[in-house]
Amino acid sequence: MLEKNPVIFIILAFVVIMAGTTVTMIAPFKWINGPGDRIAEVKPYTPLQQEGRDIYMREGCNNCHSQTVRTLAADVERYGYGGTYSKSGEFVYDRPQLWGSRRTGPDLAHIGLKYPDVKGAWHRKHMENPQSVVPASNMPAYAFLKAPLDTTYSERKMKLLSFPYTQADLDELKGKTEMDAIIAYMRKLGTDIPVKKAEAASQASVATSNPFTDLQAIKAEAESLYKQNCASCHGDKREGTLGPALRGSAKPDADLFKIISQGIEDNGMPSFSGSLDEQKVWKLVTLIKKDAQ
Amino acid sequence: MNAPTRYVDDSVKGFITWSIIWGTISVLVGILISLQLAWPQLNVAPYLTYGRLRPIHTNAGIFGWGVGSFIAMFFYITQRLTRTPLWSPVLARVTLWIFNFAIASAAVTLAMGFNRTKEYAELEWPIALIVAVVWLMFSTNVFMTILKRKEEQMYISLWYIMATLVAVTILYVVNNLGVPLNLFKSYSAFSGTNDANVQWWYGHNAVAMVLTTPPLAIFYYFLPKVTGNPIYSHRMGIIAFWSLIFMYLWTGAHHLLWTPVPDWIQTVAMAFSIMLIAPSWGAVMNGYLTMNGRWEQMKTNYLVKFLICGITFYGLQTLQGPMQAVRSFSAFIHYTDWVPGHVHMGTMGWVSMVLFAAIYYVTTKMSDTEIYSIKLANTHFWLILVGQLVYSITMWIAGVQQGSMLLATNPDGTLHYSFMETMVAIFPYYKMRAVSGFIYLAGLVVFIYNIYKTFRKGEDLLTAKA
Repeated sequence: MLEKNPVIFIILAFVVIMAGTTVTMIAPFKWINGPGDRIAEVKPYTPLQQEGRDIYMREGCNNCHSQTVRTLAADVERYGYGGTYSKSGEFVYDRPQLWGSRRTGPDLAHIGLKYPDVKGAWHRKHMENPQSVVPASNMPAYAFLKAPLDTTYSERKMKLLSFPYTQADLDELKGKTEMDAIIAYMRKLGTDIPVKKAEAASQASVATSNPFTDLQAIKAEAESLYKQNCASCHGDKREGTLGPALRGSAKPDADLFKIISQGIEDNGMPSFSGSLDEQKVWKLVTLIKKDAQ
Repeated sequence: MNAPTRYVDDSVKGFITWSIIWGTISVLVGILISLQLAWPQLNVAPYLTYGRLRPIHTNAGIFGWGVGSFIAMFFYITQRLTRTPLWSPVLARVTLWIFNFAIASAAVTLAMGFNRTKEYAELEWPIALIVAVVWLMFSTNVFMTILKRKEEQMYISLWYIMATLVAVTILYVVNNLGVPLNLFKSYSAFSGTNDANVQWWYGHNAVAMVLTTPPLAIFYYFLPKVTGNPIYSHRMGIIAFWSLIFMYLWTGAHHLLWTPVPDWIQTVAMAFSIMLIAPSWGAVMNGYLTMNGRWEQMKTNYLVKFLICGITFYGLQTLQGPMQAVRSFSAFIHYTDWVPGHVHMGTMGWVSMVLFAAIYYVTTKMSDTEIYSIKLANTHFWLILVGQLVYSITMWIAGVQQGSMLLATNPDGTLHYSFMETMVAIFPYYKMRAVSGFIYLAGLVVFIYNIYKTFRKGEDLLTAKA
């Protein structure tokens, strides 16, 4: 009969298709984004951040950049920036999510923790001309984002998404460029969540001395730490790009340790106490001090 | 089937022509973006940047070439299997023009940056709405033809066709739900993890219901037609059909392994992905066993080559896919170029090979003549095969290499390679991939020339008769 009655056939096919759909797609709405997923610190986007997010979507950044740190050690180490892996509660205001499926560029879920600089100097330089900061990069240049930001719909967007906003938030949009907006979005990503501080890399340990006196023994590890954490601002060969050159610094070990772990807020140097433990910071200090070539 | 029924094939011809045009555009854009990945200075801001072009490549490929030629073939097959002329030829003609309008405006608006960013559902709501209307017009036409059929039995192909009509409608509508801000921008109805789960329920079943069931319908119809062998087992076809459309819908979350999507959804997706090997290979074996005792046709019949090579790629895809859906392997290759390598074996290999065979066959039937050149068809076959293999193999190697570099750590737990070191390592493969694109394009040019000449031959014969 099935092979002779298309109406019954269609109904049956519909039922079969809806089985998996109901269990794995419809039912999870009951759990996902419920109270158990909420993270109190995660805030909705401001009008400027949301405008930046919309520019991110317009340019299709999601085609090369993912936004989920998986629960894998290497993912957390590479993209967590002290914020560990991604949790459901971090994304509740994302419509749509921008998780992506390919990492032709790095994951950006917690990028705000990597570049906390208020002025966004690194992002600005990088987006205008990516190869000026990362010479081998294959990212296109986005210098055209220096155009003024269109704010016609900014307020309506807030209303539509039911995000709270103040007049001050709207005033903040005045005179901003598209670049300012996308940088505001970049700086927001990952910064709401509580960050786990690496043990012992606190001010208290600054007084202790550098346990690594022999550079050769730790050179490979120190160089890889440098490439991960420092090269984007201080240059691949420590020649200095956005930040100063780092070859054979004359500063005492303890001073360098303090700068790396606590950062210098005024000039954009981020704090690495969240992502690097004490041992790793000392390895970097040794590299900077002893490797002058 | 030389019944007196008069089939209506002008829309079949129209959809074939336009799907080939959109397919060629997809390949051209694909080559451009593959070059951009190796040489970023080829990005022309703002309209021709990688981020805006990649959705044009995928949409032109899936919706322009894929869906366009499936509509053509469904119109063709349904009429023959039901021994009934198309329900409404006028509706079919209107469908073609709205279809072309939708694909053209998709290309233009994506270049302008109107992008919902959900993969394979990037089109903003007015165009998505037009796409839905096109689909419903086409579905109605096919379903009404089946309803009014003169042949009582419904062959396997019609089953796959009907499942496609229902499933794609549900998938497309749900994943496109949203609230419009204005004519050019909307926000998804779902947020965060929910949105991801809906997106990949859609994304993976677009693979099932757009890139699997339609080519299977086409394969099941044309293999017996081309070889003269009846299909090996109708019963195996039935079992494979129902288990395939049942299992596929559970597997979307294998795109989301290790993410915040609840673990049990990931595990269910993993299990069903492995189980899918059975129905997938049911179809593959049905194809192979249909050739039993007639394998010499691989040498003597150029169409058999396309069909059997196509179903072989399908078999390989449906082994590789479940492997990728396992957590441990996914941890290794997800987010790398392995995945484009996998996808393109499906699109350039499986789907396109079956479509090439169908288009050759239908063109010669409609023109009432033989193919212009079998030699050129063979050249086409080899160029396509080599282009596709070079593409997938280079991307698999690139994916494995980058995947292992990304996971490598030092004794103290720090990462061994910076992100850029892993990228620099795969740039040579990007250049080889671009070369593979040119080889594939050459095959496509030979194909188009051969089809055009065959069509002209038919026209000339017609004028000679008159």
